[in-house]
Amino acid sequence: MGGSTAQLLTVTDLSVEFASQEGTVHAVDHVSFALDQGELVGLVGESGCGKSITALSILGLVRMMKNSTTSGVIDFEGKDLVSLPENDVRKVRGRDISMIFQDPVTSLNPVLSIERQMTEGIEVHLDLSHGEAVKRSIEMLKLVGIPKAEERIHDYPHQFSGGMRQRVMIAIALSCNPKLLLADEPTTALDVTIQAQILRLMKRLSHEYNAAIIVITHDLGVVAGMCRRILVMYAGRIVEEGPAKPLFHHPFHPYTVGLLRSVPRLDEPRSVALQSIEGLPPDLAHLPPGCAFAPRCTFATRECWESVPELFPATDGRRSACFHFEKLVQAEPARRGAALAAAGEAETA
Amino acid sequence: MSGATTHGGGATVAPREADAATATNGDLVTVKDLKVHFPITSGIVFQRKVGAVHAVDGISLIVKRGETLGLVGESGCGKSTTGRAILRLEPLTGGHVLYEGADLARLSGRALRRQRRRMQMIFQDPYASLNSRMTVGDIVGEPLLVHKLCPRREREKRTRDLLELVGINPNTLNRYPHEFSGGQRQRIGIARALAVEPNFIVCDEPISALDVSIRAQIINLLQRLQGEFGLTYLFIAHDLSVVRHISDRVAVMYLGRIVELAENSVLYETPMHPYTQALLSAVPIPDPAVEEMRRPIVLKGDVPSPVDPPSGCHFHTRCPAVQEGLCDVNDPALVEVRPAHWAACHLITPGDFPNIRTAENIGPDLGATALRDEGG
Repeated sequence: MGGSTAQLLTVTDLSVEFASQEGTVHAVDHVSFALDQGELVGLVGESGCGKSITALSILGLVRMMKNSTTSGVIDFEGKDLVSLPENDVRKVRGRDISMIFQDPVTSLNPVLSIERQMTEGIEVHLDLSHGEAVKRSIEMLKLVGIPKAEERIHDYPHQFSGGMRQRVMIAIALSCNPKLLLADEPTTALDVTIQAQILRLMKRLSHEYNAAIIVITHDLGVVAGMCRRILVMYAGRIVEEGPAKPLFHHPFHPYTVGLLRSVPRLDEPRSVALQSIEGLPPDLAHLPPGCAFAPRCTFATRECWESVPELFPATDGRRSACFHFEKLVQAEPARRGAALAAAGEAETA
Repeated sequence: MSGATTHGGGATVAPREADAATATNGDLVTVKDLKVHFPITSGIVFQRKVGAVHAVDGISLIVKRGETLGLVGESGCGKSTTGRAILRLEPLTGGHVLYEGADLARLSGRALRRQRRRMQMIFQDPYASLNSRMTVGDIVGEPLLVHKLCPRREREKRTRDLLELVGINPNTLNRYPHEFSGGQRQRIGIARALAVEPNFIVCDEPISALDVSIRAQIINLLQRLQGEFGLTYLFIAHDLSVVRHISDRVAVMYLGRIVELAENSVLYETPMHPYTQALLSAVPIPDPAVEEMRRPIVLKGDVPSPVDPPSGCHFHTRCPAVQEGLCDVNDPALVEVRPAHWAACHLITPGDFPNIRTAENIGPDLGATALRDEGG
């Protein structure tokens, strides 16, 4: 910690709704968080929890979607990306904020060469000639570890493997020196050995270029090794937020507890049965009146069914959206790794 | 695995697992030197074969009655093709699949159908594996009809029982798949597989398409059903933590071949093959403190194409311990390096372990127990 870090992004009360035949879908529901320059944050949640829509609204892409309503403020270096006119958002999108999508197979255009796809953004945003843009593209491809970049730049996406395509995506995303990179499930489509390569690469480049990254994923393992701070989303809301180490060792929200317990871990003894979270995530068009997690929660009381908990502040800059988080604070940590964590923190302190 | 028990200390090269084993009562499925190659053709009218995808390139294994054999590997390593070939859903290029001693490749028609009743499959994608135009009752009841397992009058009752067994409300019998969530659809797929009372089920990535909080439910269901009906599973997955959780023994595949096969705890605590070691070290552990201490073995490059697999050991192009002139020339056989632990690597000779002991990279607890039982 320490050092002078300035706030890069502040999201305040962001809500995204979609009008559908089945009623209003509350995809993102009063989400607030902030991000420092160069910070690595993990946004964790299951499909349909609103994590991708949050990212897309930061890019100003949600407001183009049909039947969508966005409210709240997304302050990026003093500009509100929610109310900024499209022409101005375009100057930010792809330049200061860029995105890596989950599927490198569908996110690259199959009929354009890598050269075309890379130089387009560079020419527009950095105002370079085509020749200079090609030079920069080759540089970027080398940076992400594409062998023989000078030749491969003329290739088409199908000539690259999945891992290589994701490297190309990262090269494109970083080519204009963005201050913020949104990585939406960047390694989900990749194999474990390739995943390890890509995560390392992203971490290294973020450090070198002081780019902040929001890693959006359902895989708790991916963010554990990479991010310092974690946001957990459930049914369109942030339910828990805090520094990664204490959050993983001693979660303060029943959903986080359940998520961590339901995945088998390689470094723990085998258990007979996994502790699953019973039930299903709620329908975002018909959210329960109280806490959205209440129907699946073992702590739920009448209060939980009736009113929506706000993000209560807890110790060490942590927040939890649970009426009963005090009980979890006092409870034994969910995992035996806690002793290790305590030791690790004593070291870094 | 009957050959394994005669093994003394660090003995000589043992034969391939399946060769050593005759079909004893403990073995439900025996796979011998299985090969599945897909032809690559050229030309439109007169198609010529110009090459082949070596999806499965000579694997031998045994699935014992009542066990769960985990089959792990990265995408394209041939694990799913192996599972499908065992059920004869893919034509075999070579080798044999014996089910209870009977060669499935020689069966056809009615005899094959009769055998197929004993073996079922649970598919990866619950959105693609259920016919969207059939009701749930028809989907689960169809196998009963095809195999003439129960009279028409009892079919509905049996279907209801099956749905209840997997945790689906039997009153939803007349609904269509789109009305169910992913996890519920996977339960329906499991009910369909169970309808014919199989002994053996190939689970092909049954949870990878599901949400994290739902995965544990399905794993627990599969384990419960195994206990209840004495099922034998071939559990195919790329998630090593899940495979460790559910399997009794684990086989690791790389580019169409098995590189290592052992008891669950042996494989995870003392992996021997460099690929298994790298694979285990790359699995992220959801714990920042543990992740900080781990030093994953990051493999260079990508998995080579199965169209033109590398010479010698298929892994030699990425192996951190490769020895030139050996690994790129000779094809390592899967040998029993110590009782019930099989590996295919030139650097591992029975009784003598390679220097690449990297179990400490896998996790603090695994490192502590690594190489403990060297004596066998």
